[in-house]
Amino acid sequence: MNSLWLSHFTAASCLGHGLDATLAALRAQKSGLAPCAFETVTDLATYLGEVAGVDQAPLPASLAEYECRNNRLAFLGLRQDGFSAAVESAIARHGRRRVGVLLGTSTSGILQTEQAYRRRDPASGALPDDFHYRTTHNTFSVADFVRTAFNLEGPAVVVSTACSSSAKVFASAARMISAGLIDAAIVGGVDSLCLTTLYGFNSLELLSPEPCRPYDVDRNGISIGEAAAFILLERPADSLDADAVLLLGAGESSDAHHMSSPHPEGLGAHMAMVAALKAAGLQPADIDYINLHGTATPSNDAAEGRAVAALFGDAVPCSSTKGATGHTLGAAGGLEAIISALALQQGFLPGGVNTRHVDPDIPIQYLTANRQVAPRRVLSNSFGFGGTNCSLVLGRAV
Amino acid sequence: MSKAVKLTAYLDGIGLIGPGLDSWLAAQPILAGTAPYESRPLTVAAPQSLPPAERRRTGLAIKVALAVAQEAVAAGQLDARQLAAVFSSSGADNDNCDAICKTLASEDRSISPTRFHNSVHNAPAGYWGIASGAMTPATVLCAHDGSFGAGLLEALTQVAVEGWGTLLVTYDMPYPDPLHTKRPLPAAFGIALALMPERSAQSLARIELSLADDAPDALAEPELEALRRAIPCARGLPLLQALARGTETRVVLDYLAPLSLAITIEPEHRG
Repeated sequence: MNSLWLSHFTAASCLGHGLDATLAALRAQKSGLAPCAFETVTDLATYLGEVAGVDQAPLPASLAEYECRNNRLAFLGLRQDGFSAAVESAIARHGRRRVGVLLGTSTSGILQTEQAYRRRDPASGALPDDFHYRTTHNTFSVADFVRTAFNLEGPAVVVSTACSSSAKVFASAARMISAGLIDAAIVGGVDSLCLTTLYGFNSLELLSPEPCRPYDVDRNGISIGEAAAFILLERPADSLDADAVLLLGAGESSDAHHMSSPHPEGLGAHMAMVAALKAAGLQPADIDYINLHGTATPSNDAAEGRAVAALFGDAVPCSSTKGATGHTLGAAGGLEAIISALALQQGFLPGGVNTRHVDPDIPIQYLTANRQVAPRRVLSNSFGFGGTNCSLVLGRAV
Repeated sequence: MSKAVKLTAYLDGIGLIGPGLDSWLAAQPILAGTAPYESRPLTVAAPQSLPPAERRRTGLAIKVALAVAQEAVAAGQLDARQLAAVFSSSGADNDNCDAICKTLASEDRSISPTRFHNSVHNAPAGYWGIASGAMTPATVLCAHDGSFGAGLLEALTQVAVEGWGTLLVTYDMPYPDPLHTKRPLPAAFGIALALMPERSAQSLARIELSLADDAPDALAEPELEALRRAIPCARGLPLLQALARGTETRVVLDYLAPLSLAITIEPEHRG
């Protein structure tokens, strides 16, 4: 594929608001996970990666019908790191119809519906009048919100493939730009804490009672997080800064195996990584760091580790940053693309946190400390329920 | 600056299911206007291609999605394992969503693992992978009432840019109350299109899509037009009506205001 430029990007997660806070936490190997104290949840002994200040950041009156935790988190993200100004500048250059919006989410504003069900009319069972389905609950809500906030008139869509959602948006946006439908795209993902995912992962016995420990021999499940991750994707400018980051390739595959368990050999993961390398025109030896999906469930890390070892051996430093951020589900692909971009720009490899004893049965080079090595090309993995896989290859322009 | 980008594909197979529309084969004369439309409740079988354990877990959205996907693949005499897939729906398993919300609003918030993994928007795509064995890329989209248009645009972009054969599967189902009152979808519906980069002996038509400003086409038959307006994936019906009539024509489908999708259709004349 033709390389595309991540001309601007920003992230909000439990590590903090914006790139400076995110980078500082990664440099310090800090985790943003804390004991669960979300909403009315008192019966789950787990850790969460909650973004600070979402409840205190209401939407402007003109966008009030979109009011829900997911869109508040989106709006918080859009106002960071000059991202909105960069979008306005892209609109001025390309036009309102030539800037697409392709965002990933798994649960959208479902928290709004969960809370509305508690307020059903005792007699009729009706939902309250102040509940707005289209602008909060519907899976498209966050892309509609961003398109409306910028007065855009071009293509827009939400990709909702569980935990690969906001990686797959890069592949779709790259195709749309290649086809000439658009000149730039706002990509990334927004996923926010809700009861469905907390109690759902609890039902699968996949919630860790401690901060999650990816690739640890004693790993025991995930820590759920939330994030907003936005990237402005465009064709590369004629001359790029030294720290410019490019999307070099994207690869997608399906496990065709099971709804909630990965293919045990990591076959689908392997296919996605091979496809991403092929799209980038690269060999495994060209990759300097892998940001793993690394959810810290026993089965994910075993299957992914097997696939990585089959393709890269133990030659490439790898880590999962979910010990720091939690698993941000539909926002994970976008958030981890941004962490990968920071690694490329800043010249370091982020070590995984919380992992005390790397699983000796997974023969990959797993980093538990930061390494001061400047990568030129990195691969980021995102896999999801339903057996949906996506790998991205990012690289320095120079 | 307007660039008239056109995306082209060959349509090799169609799947359709809706109230009074049992399959594409059965619905063709109704859509062509040579047989009357008679509304009646939709019936759809559990997908036999799934292993029994998975089959028991499928709700209506999954059944509809797999039924139309299977019809399109069979009609095109295609190997599903060679096709990429684009699934698009305004919702997903909407009964399941209501059941989860009710449980979470109750004293005991325990939801079952099956309820949870069926709650993801990509559940039908996951079951399709298990049923078909396809390890190819599958994406799952939502654009509220524009979900048919968004799916068709993504599928044709895949065909044009990647050179893939891509199976578009669009589907919707009603919510039970209380969500039904807030999002009144009257019936389940599904449309699937097998879109190929090259002409084959099975090709029904060559189609060419571009972004447009025109108002979307309506259907003359009032009950079908009511379905088109009320169900997001039924917004693809004007395309199916034109294909049923088999004449060279142009149709305009709903997408996201102010954009619509203009599609020119050139039927393949087979001996």
